[in-house]
Amino acid sequence: MASALINVPKKAKRGDVIEIKTLMSHIMETGYRHTAAGQVVPRDIITSFTCRYNGEEIFRADLFPAIAANPFITFFTTATESGKFDFEWIGDNGFSEKASATISVE
Amino acid sequence: MRKSEGSTRRQFLGIAGTAAAIGTIPVVSLRPVAATPETMTAAIRNIIGSATVRTGKVKLDVPPLVENGNTVPMTITVSSPNTAEDHVKSIHVFNEKNPQPNIGNFYLGPRAGRGQVSTRIRLADSQKITAIARLSDDSLWSATADVVVTLAACTEEVI
Repeated sequence: MASALINVPKKAKRGDVIEIKTLMSHIMETGYRHTAAGQVVPRDIITSFTCRYNGEEIFRADLFPAIAANPFITFFTTATESGKFDFEWIGDNGFSEKASATISVE
Repeated sequence: MRKSEGSTRRQFLGIAGTAAAIGTIPVVSLRPVAATPETMTAAIRNIIGSATVRTGKVKLDVPPLVENGNTVPMTITVSSPNTAEDHVKSIHVFNEKNPQPNIGNFYLGPRAGRGQVSTRIRLADSQKITAIARLSDDSLWSATADVVVTLAACTEEVI
């Protein structure tokens, strides 16, 4: 159900600063909204996002209800070697999604 | 005559006041408690402790006027050489008037290359947003931005 969109350049020169864009489809229900009957809609958000580059953590984020639905996060890293980016999203109600992307560095 | 009029007026106001108080209490308690500038300060202290925060080095880009508070683009840029010795460790973003004072914590490192993070946030009201960056020497720098929101997020009814 959940799906991720990831944008990582396929190729880069060693030492280049590259931009990584990620989007995970998720409702990000704040837990502060009510139904017309007055019942609180329980919180359901992604709480943590991690990006690893060949196993080493390069970026991590703690997310709160103030992050908009379908969290879109953009950040940068330095291309050091060819390899793999692993992305992981963890959230409420056992939400856990993984995605990956490869890069070749010359 | 005048005396009795005054007393009835006083009584009336007293009764009206009590009724209003009783009437408003349940309404208020149904609503989520909004973060206030004090809770924002407390949230900031939770993360950075008692260290002093200086303004500068951080650039917080948010549109000054937002029509829809449900998705507000935000970019934080920290000026730093981004080397192993001198880089951005983390960026923390706070707000004044959402139900919760935290927006997000972003942890970067010496490999970031550029101290910049973008995301989309929710704003429940026109308010001030504060971004604080922690550099590798543990110094703290901040930037603040004011945003006017026309349609609030977070607390609307689900249809």
